[in-house]
Amino acid sequence: MKYLKFLLVGMFFGIVLVKSEAVSWYRIYEMFRFQSFHMYGIISTAILSGLLFLKISKKRNLKSLIGIEIYVPKKENGFVRYIIGGIIFGLGWALIGACPGPMYILVGTGIYSMIIVILAALIGTLIYGALKEKLPH
Amino acid sequence: MEYILNPWPWYISGPLIAFVMAVLLYFGKTFAMSSNLATMCSMAGAGKFFAFFKADWKEKKWNLIVVLGAVFGGFIAKNFLSNDTGANLNKKTILELKELGLINPGKTLVPNEIYGFDAMMSTHGLAILVVGGLLVGFGTRYAGGCTSGHAITGLSSLQKPSLIAVIGFFIGGLLMTNFILPYIF
Repeated sequence: MKYLKFLLVGMFFGIVLVKSEAVSWYRIYEMFRFQSFHMYGIISTAILSGLLFLKISKKRNLKSLIGIEIYVPKKENGFVRYIIGGIIFGLGWALIGACPGPMYILVGTGIYSMIIVILAALIGTLIYGALKEKLPH
Repeated sequence: MEYILNPWPWYISGPLIAFVMAVLLYFGKTFAMSSNLATMCSMAGAGKFFAFFKADWKEKKWNLIVVLGAVFGGFIAKNFLSNDTGANLNKKTILELKELGLINPGKTLVPNEIYGFDAMMSTHGLAILVVGGLLVGFGTRYAGGCTSGHAITGLSSLQKPSLIAVIGFFIGGLLMTNFILPYIF
């Protein structure tokens, strides 16, 4: 039962991403061609609302369900891994039009060939894990 | 009901995505979809071969449940909460994509030319799916996050590493869409 809430959050997330068309390959293409404001609107209002939520929760000292303050883990400092990893991710994102959330959501909408993409992404993750020590970070 | 069945505008969708992030933070977790890929590798026993995957995946089970929910959510949205309105794409985008050889741009969520059965069975189509998946899987772990972890969570908590990663996402995306995709189709 303690996992039910996560199932519901996931369902809500899936519905929002389909209804907003953020899972649409075409919307990603359009975004990277600067031909529509749609995706920029989604991303920027998500960031602004998130920012607002974090500011308010800090000011009001809001506690999470487990009793500690609401907190976002800090990413390690660095440059190379973020820029190079980011570029590689972006190349894939624009090619298949799906990032790691939409991949699963699209399977739910009946795009079963996406399972091949997920398997390839697992292999990509595995390759990173294997090469981690040899890569500049 | 019309409002729900039609595509949702960006100014509704963006705040709803932030709501997902806020709820997960309230549950004491973070909004990070790509970490599920590493968790699945750990589950499959990759930790025996590479130290990177030696994490206790049971602690990440909640996130796999989010994934399962997302699959259900996709099913529900597609089958019960949608009409046949396609994406209202820019006319220029539609023309361009038709010139590239895509039939009916925007009528479906993803192009049949990449995700359809015939495409999947061709070397060309299969190569796109596999290469795209490899790039996303490798890139996201190297960068330490994806759109949810860096662009939404990282930027709304004003983290510099996330800004660098998101700039990377856009450099890669712009290169692919503008300079590589035209040669792929």
